[in-house]
Amino acid sequence: MNGSHDYQRVYVWEQPVRWFHWINALSIVVLGVTGYLIAHPPALMISKEASFSYWFGTVRFVHFVTAYVLLTNFAFRLYWSFAGNKYANWRSFFPLTKAQLRQIWDVLKVDILQFGNKPVETLGHNSMAYFTYTATGLLTIFQIATGFALYGPTSSAWFPQLFTWVMPLFGSEYTLRIFHYAAMWIFALFTLVHIYLVFYHDYVEGHGVISSMVGGWKFLEKEQIEAEHPTGMSAFPAPKADPAPVPAKATKPAG
Amino acid sequence: MKINETVPTIYEQMVSRGVDRRDFLKFCAWMGAYLGLENSAAAQIAKAIETKRRIPVIWMHFQECTCCSESFLRSSHPIVADILLDKVSLDYTETLQAAAGYQAEEILHETITKYKGEYLLLVEGSVPLGADGSYCVVAGKSALDSLREVAAGAKAIVAWGNCASSGCVQAANPNPTQATPVSAIIKDKPIINVPGCPPIAEVMAGVLVHLLTFDRIPQLDSLGRPKAFYGRRVHDTCARRANYDAGLFVETFDDENARKGYCLYKVGCRGPSTYNSCGTIKWNNGTSYPIQSGHGCLGCSEAKFWDNGPFYQRLTNFPGFGIESTADQVGLTVGGVAAAGVLAHAVLTNVRKRGEIGERPGEAAASADQTTPPHSQS
Repeated sequence: MNGSHDYQRVYVWEQPVRWFHWINALSIVVLGVTGYLIAHPPALMISKEASFSYWFGTVRFVHFVTAYVLLTNFAFRLYWSFAGNKYANWRSFFPLTKAQLRQIWDVLKVDILQFGNKPVETLGHNSMAYFTYTATGLLTIFQIATGFALYGPTSSAWFPQLFTWVMPLFGSEYTLRIFHYAAMWIFALFTLVHIYLVFYHDYVEGHGVISSMVGGWKFLEKEQIEAEHPTGMSAFPAPKADPAPVPAKATKPAG
Repeated sequence: MKINETVPTIYEQMVSRGVDRRDFLKFCAWMGAYLGLENSAAAQIAKAIETKRRIPVIWMHFQECTCCSESFLRSSHPIVADILLDKVSLDYTETLQAAAGYQAEEILHETITKYKGEYLLLVEGSVPLGADGSYCVVAGKSALDSLREVAAGAKAIVAWGNCASSGCVQAANPNPTQATPVSAIIKDKPIINVPGCPPIAEVMAGVLVHLLTFDRIPQLDSLGRPKAFYGRRVHDTCARRANYDAGLFVETFDDENARKGYCLYKVGCRGPSTYNSCGTIKWNNGTSYPIQSGHGCLGCSEAKFWDNGPFYQRLTNFPGFGIESTADQVGLTVGGVAAAGVLAHAVLTNVRKRGEIGERPGEAAASADQTTPPHSQS
């Protein structure tokens, strides 16, 4: 460690990925809060006649509208895993290569159990994180399917009717409801660990992980970028002809 | 073998029973209304009943309490039960037939051989598969064998009540007799599930009238229930629904809100996930139904409603996590453990990764000018 860092900034998260992240985060928060309210409506003391008040109906309305936002956003992200850059590519999300599996093990060792101090340096997510996002993606699909299956019978739109096959799998709508609700807790749990780990990585490694989801840039030492190991930097082997992108000229401050 | 031409039509039998034309037409209009058909359908029903030969019906009883039969007998239009159950169509039913023993079994055997592929099979009760079916044996045959034998030649099967549709109380966890619904055993016949504990009498009559007059399976939902009666949630036809949308809930059964008739959602009403006609057709000649009387819906027309307890709680036990643990308790426990883990990890990070964190030689703000810039900045 010579004391001076030769940092290079790399444009990792393209704008669509960042939009996806924040719309998704907001949707999950709104769906979680409204969902919790639907399960546990607070005891309000209202003296008005029922026909003059509609707050619980509004909570449900917000839940349903946000569900469509989440769905559209998620569908777009699926598309972007084919159209986006290598850090957003679908292949990164499946730990199929030996190198990816080894990295999962390394992350567990270094970051979770904290044996050894050499951080697992990556430009995109590490393989463990990609794998976790695959799991949350599957959970999102589960919530979409169960949610629209619950919503379908009260809707005349065609889209929710695509999920009528879900209810028989659970036997009754009541059981389906319990599962849809319980999955909310997994999202809550994920959010807790996710936010902690982002702070952890930013704090320990100093690559600007938190701000990368705002501006898209990550900072890594030049030598590490040059010595890019397959999967080491992006979890997905980069073709040799495709070196780490150099900051675009236009984004540099003028003067 | 075709049904004999000398068999009287349903109408002819009705007339011989002393039903006059006026009552008959009233009956047809009622049925049309229950089935959700338009006005002109009453004439269609009348015509069908006037011209159609009677269809032989076999009503089997397995693991059940006979409440379906009891409900049917108490139909608000006794003409229905009288005609369909008593005289016209019923060839075999353990509860009501006069015949017993060999005589009764012979009638059953005669019907299933003579009218092979023509008769309607109505099943009340679930079929135990445990201990080789010995939990329910009629005339020396297990329920499973009887059902298979009689179902083989049936035109269609109606599964009465929650027992035959999804197992009801005897199939509740741990289901000691392995009580099984009809649809899990018979796969090659059209099955109409008419769940409920019991089903509403008018619903049962409506389904039968539909089958006997139109000779067609009514439109069914994804769980095999007739859409005309199970197409809407009890919640959507509930008189207390406005209170739900307004967020006005009964908190306990003896509070002011209960007296005001607020929504029973928070005291465990299953209306929002139960499909039935209780809110519209109601019970006992359209007198009332549980929610109207101040008691939440138990969800008796839904599978596993006994296992989705406790009945007076909105959120119930999460499957696989033992008794008395709701999804919230599980979630909060796991969340608490995770939060503690995160805290411990954060502390550990500061201890073990001290070398990684914070300033390193040459990184202080004072020596910023010594840092080699990554790119020459203009």
